[in-house]
Amino acid sequence: MKRQQFRTPSALPGFGMAYGFAWAYLGLVVLIPLAAVALYASSLGPARFMQIATEPRTFAALKVSFGLSLLAAALNAVFGLLIAWALTRYRFPGRRLLDAAVDLPFALPTAVAGIALSAIYAPNGWIGALLPFRVAFTPLGIFIALVFIGLPFVVRTLQPVMADLDRELEEASATLGATRAATVFRVVLPTLLPALLTGFALAFARAVGEYGSVIFIAGNIPYVSEIAPLLIIMRLEEFDYAGATAIATVMLALSFALLFAVNLLESWSRRRLGHAR
Amino acid sequence: MRAEVIADPTSESRLARFAIILLSVAFLAFFLILPLGAVFVEALRKGLETYFESFSDPDTISAIELTVLVAAIAVPLNVVFGLAASWAIAKFDFRGKSFFVTLIDLPFSVSPVVSGLCYVVLFGAQGYFGPWLAAHDLQIIFALPGIVLATVFVTFPFVARELIPLMQEQGTSEEEAALSLGAGGFRTFWSVTLPNVRWALLYGVLLCNARAMGEFGAVSVVSGHLRGLTNTVPLQVEILYNDYNFVAAFAVASVLAGLGLVTLAIKSGLEWRYGDEMSSAHRR
Repeated sequence: MKRQQFRTPSALPGFGMAYGFAWAYLGLVVLIPLAAVALYASSLGPARFMQIATEPRTFAALKVSFGLSLLAAALNAVFGLLIAWALTRYRFPGRRLLDAAVDLPFALPTAVAGIALSAIYAPNGWIGALLPFRVAFTPLGIFIALVFIGLPFVVRTLQPVMADLDRELEEASATLGATRAATVFRVVLPTLLPALLTGFALAFARAVGEYGSVIFIAGNIPYVSEIAPLLIIMRLEEFDYAGATAIATVMLALSFALLFAVNLLESWSRRRLGHAR
Repeated sequence: MRAEVIADPTSESRLARFAIILLSVAFLAFFLILPLGAVFVEALRKGLETYFESFSDPDTISAIELTVLVAAIAVPLNVVFGLAASWAIAKFDFRGKSFFVTLIDLPFSVSPVVSGLCYVVLFGAQGYFGPWLAAHDLQIIFALPGIVLATVFVTFPFVARELIPLMQEQGTSEEEAALSLGAGGFRTFWSVTLPNVRWALLYGVLLCNARAMGEFGAVSVVSGHLRGLTNTVPLQVEILYNDYNFVAAFAVASVLAGLGLVTLAIKSGLEWRYGDEMSSAHRR
């Protein structure tokens, strides 16, 4: 054998067909279309690209999208941690139902969530009427929508890791005289940190690209509550492909950087903790 | 009496436990369950009669037909891909496998709006193939093919993601046994591999279908919002809502919410009943 083989020999047939088909389908449906966006944006040239990307309205929209997504993912990390802990460690009536409810944002189409949230938080809505300040049609409304769609990512990433936690470590810590709080903060939480960061990154990535659940509650006021995906659509409606692809490329670059970071985190935690997620 | 005072050293105090459960329940009720309730309450605000009247609108009916058609094309395509990809990934060892798996997950980290934009850049009036398509009188954007493509893109990883970890856990010994007993490749796949993953496959199909029928952002970009022609159900919800026809908007939305709830119920049922026949992430 002259070189390391591409594939370990196997008795099973059909590798070439399955692998070839999967690549072809992936290429046609996902890779070539994504490359087309990058190609279009790169054909603008760096000067024009930077001009579009730093244009005040674009910059404001990117800031709204990324800033609020960061805040929403942070809140989800805190409450997702509590919820995942309650669901895996405690037994209480209605736990199964609550556990299933965590998936609601995955199951509810984004447009449905969007109009429901705006019905609740509109100035004459269920909660909106009770509050002394406005929620709908402000950045706060966007924040609430982003919290809604991001929560399951944190909970579902943490749950299997929490279920696999070695109780003996906590027992050992308690035997050595640590208070429960010290055990939680110095033994349990550090073990959960990689999963928590992964969940945070997934919730963040999802929130940055979110469109359907946000636009109804956002009010879409330029410079204030206009999100980047909406601006892409507006540029497209003006047949300004250059503007649309430039904004999309900035978003894609950031999403891929995040995806890469998540993969690094996961392999790091696998090495450190010695088991698969 | 004494026993109650000694706390379990590996659990929080009763007060902390109570507080954590209360916070969790409150957060979920406030952020997740309240919006779900709002959909049904708003839909039934003017009574059952008005609710059902909402579905006699011909535009709504054609939106429902279009959505079913799109899902009926997109889901089987992704099932075929999911089976092929998971066969290659789970049953063979080859270089670049983890890279390939990462690529499959790619659509999850792309904004739905950008997924739609991809196809506009390729097939739109000013896109790369736009002039050629126009010359041959073909339409992809603002027509069914574009909607199907955008839907396939956003639902791409669902089936593969369910199958890959399970098939990896199952290994290749059963297939090797079937082959050594004289079964052909296709027969082996059909009578050994497929039955082994049937519940995970159903699970993936359910999630894929729910997302396909509910997709909004990507479809919104490529559909063109032609009433009665290229509006899917979620787009019809948007149009009704923007027309201030709130009862009808929430009535149509309640159908999508119902679909989501049914999906969730079957999914939970599958996890509960067949969890041991699915990848370890779904075992509860």
